[in-house]
Amino acid sequence: MLHFERWKIFAIVGTIFVGFLFALPNFVSKETLASWPSWLPKRQMPLGLDLQGGAHLLLALDEKELKTDWLNNLREDARKTLRDAKIGFSGIGVAGDAVQVRLVKPEDTDRAITELKKLVQPIGNPLLGTSGSDSEIEKGAEPGLVLMRPTSFGIQERLSHAAAASIETINRRVNAMGTAESTVVQQGRDRVLVQYPGLSDTKQLKELIGKTAKLSFHAVHPSISVEEAKASRPPMGYRIYDADEKEEGYQSAYVLAETPVVQGDDLVDAQPGFDHQTNAPIISFRFNQSGARKFGNFSKNHVGEPFAIVLDDKVISAPVIREAILGGSGQISGNFTVESANNLAIQLRSGALPAKLTIVEERTVGPSLGADSIESGKLAGIVGLVATVFLTVYAYGTFGVYAVIGLFVHAVLILALMSMIGTTLTLPGIAGFVLTIAMAVDANVLIYERIREELRAGRTAIAAIENGFQRAFVTIIDSQLTTLAAAVIMFWLGSGPIRGFAVTLTLGILTSVFAAVTVTRLLVAMWLKNAKGKGRAITVPI
Amino acid sequence: MFLVPDFKGHDFFPHGTMLPFMKYKNLCVGLSIVMMLLSLGIIMVKGFNYGVDFKGGSLIEVRAKSGSADISAMREQLDALGVGEVQIQSFGSDADVLIRVEQQPGEEEAQQDAANKVLSTLGDKYEQRRIEVVGPAVSSELRTTGLIAVLASIAAIVLYVWFRFEWQFSAGVVIGLFHDVLVTAGIFSLFQLAFDLSIVAALLTILGYSVNDSVVVADRIRENLRKYKKMPLTELLNLSINETLSRTILTGVTTIAVLLALFFLGGDVIQNFTFAMLFGVLIGTYSSIFISAPLIDYLGIKRDWSDEPAKAGAGGAAVRP
Repeated sequence: MLHFERWKIFAIVGTIFVGFLFALPNFVSKETLASWPSWLPKRQMPLGLDLQGGAHLLLALDEKELKTDWLNNLREDARKTLRDAKIGFSGIGVAGDAVQVRLVKPEDTDRAITELKKLVQPIGNPLLGTSGSDSEIEKGAEPGLVLMRPTSFGIQERLSHAAAASIETINRRVNAMGTAESTVVQQGRDRVLVQYPGLSDTKQLKELIGKTAKLSFHAVHPSISVEEAKASRPPMGYRIYDADEKEEGYQSAYVLAETPVVQGDDLVDAQPGFDHQTNAPIISFRFNQSGARKFGNFSKNHVGEPFAIVLDDKVISAPVIREAILGGSGQISGNFTVESANNLAIQLRSGALPAKLTIVEERTVGPSLGADSIESGKLAGIVGLVATVFLTVYAYGTFGVYAVIGLFVHAVLILALMSMIGTTLTLPGIAGFVLTIAMAVDANVLIYERIREELRAGRTAIAAIENGFQRAFVTIIDSQLTTLAAAVIMFWLGSGPIRGFAVTLTLGILTSVFAAVTVTRLLVAMWLKNAKGKGRAITVPI
Repeated sequence: MFLVPDFKGHDFFPHGTMLPFMKYKNLCVGLSIVMMLLSLGIIMVKGFNYGVDFKGGSLIEVRAKSGSADISAMREQLDALGVGEVQIQSFGSDADVLIRVEQQPGEEEAQQDAANKVLSTLGDKYEQRRIEVVGPAVSSELRTTGLIAVLASIAAIVLYVWFRFEWQFSAGVVIGLFHDVLVTAGIFSLFQLAFDLSIVAALLTILGYSVNDSVVVADRIRENLRKYKKMPLTELLNLSINETLSRTILTGVTTIAVLLALFFLGGDVIQNFTFAMLFGVLIGTYSSIFISAPLIDYLGIKRDWSDEPAKAGAGGAAVRP
């Protein structure tokens, strides 16, 4: 155990050297780092939001809304399909979690099912070999009743697609707030995690991502009033939309065409601004070509009539068309403040979200707390380290010094590994690091206590040291592996703070074994070789 | 490196001691059972003071921009908000206040609304240091995964010990682990300390530390079983504990020194976490000496490994990896 081949020594020294190189960037400022030659590693360990301050928002897609949207679309598609196939039906609507069709002639049932089956999308994972469909079609309880029901598989697929789609939109919205290095990632099936370092006031962020921002322009029904529509039923193809905020001179609700003239997808730009006359905040926008054409045609034919601008199912303004708008640009005035106009412009530029996102978890740390945490973490780390160094050297003399050198190698390597992998350093991470110091010492204590025991049993210095390392090695591996098991499970199941702690603990166990078992052993072996060379009887300084 | 002159360390721990640990095994095991039952009772009666991670709701840390915080005025204002129970406590310095708002009835959005109400009521006089808002969906998930994490860790550790040692060791270790977790949890319940995600991390680490200790003792027991074939088991267990005692104490002292540094200097945010660790290290050390080893004594152990060389590898006894 005490003989090291030359290549092994090189490998150990090489590892430590590389470790130093990778750990070094953490001790210099970003400016100094920029001036370094390009071949040097420059990656610094990123600080977690709890240390540098920032916002962490976990958002969940509204599954109910997504499902309702889908069912409504399905109903429209089914209506169209049956009409095209000339199958008569007396009713079609959403009933519970399915679209229900009532056919005029029950004998059409099989034909209707065949036609509707064309709407069913196969979904499957070619890699896993699973297959299925996003919805199922079945006969209802009564003759002539056909049900089209989304499968749970289909809903899951939609959710995860929607989550993926919302990431891009959120990214655009968040980036519009500033140039910070924010991250937006999908988490699990239907969740999105937004992290924004350095942000402590999350009001704007929440407003920006809290709205779906589905914009559409609708024709207003020319004659029927809201009261009439409410009393009977809105005419075919029309619906009642509530107004966003009641303003003087405006209605509280409108009867609008269900199919919009133009939608937000057709916008190419939206900017906040001010109205020339009233000086009120407005949003000016520009349509793309097809949008401009559609809106141009509509406005030409409806001069003098009102139209409605609808945002997230609420009418935000309903101006009267004074003249045909052919240029493809226009402005929205509503009950805006400068802030809300600015936010809405960002949202419109970024596109609509597939469904509403709700904040299910928020963790925001202000910059002053983050700085305090770093300071106290550093202080605790240094004091802990000093205490450990003192105890080790006091208890084990020269060999204790070797153990301390091993400890420093451990500290350097863990820093290097964390910088290399890019693991963020969190406050629990610092605690984990400090703890691994104690565990690294444990390995040395095991070895040295064993050496002492062997010496007391009357063995020679060489035999005692040899035995000490050999016997303790098994125990070290056994005890560290069990801790490793706990750490891996923490990483696997844990979230947030637990994860940061688990990562440091895992890496720390690996580096502490290397430090105690390899580095310290090498130092002791070199000491032994030197002592042997002196030709005197060897006394172990322990 | 040879600039370091040879100097001897201080072998301050008396060796060759034969402290009669096993003599008190009945007392200790009995005491441990009482402690476990007591902890269980306390947990059942008092429950845990779950933090926002597990209970949902909001945690808001603010600092008065000038002077110290007026907690009683704050309490009056916030109680009038109608957001249910609001806990307000001084945190660290006079200027720092920790506000906890219980989970609001209703959906996820209700939690955000309550937190916003509190923040706008406090106004400009206070700086926002930390805001944590956890909705009902996430908190219930965290509760489940937290529990699973602790149980899965115990399972993994037990499997490992079973694989490396005889089953009697494994039984001793698992009961020791349950003891550690239960008693630590009992202390948290007794003093109503905030029980959140970081405490789960602490519990898992305590598991790791405690099993680490038990394994060191178990390793020595296994070695001595081969060395002293005729020694009565009780005496052998006692010898093994005594032989490893210097290591147990030294490592324990170092770990506790480091944890004390974290506890007093590491900041208020992780104070509960380090408290759990400190307590756990003590209890973990205790359990490996006074629970795991006596259990092996009660269960007895097969002593004829060396007569069956073919099976020695399976027992992990003689063969070194």
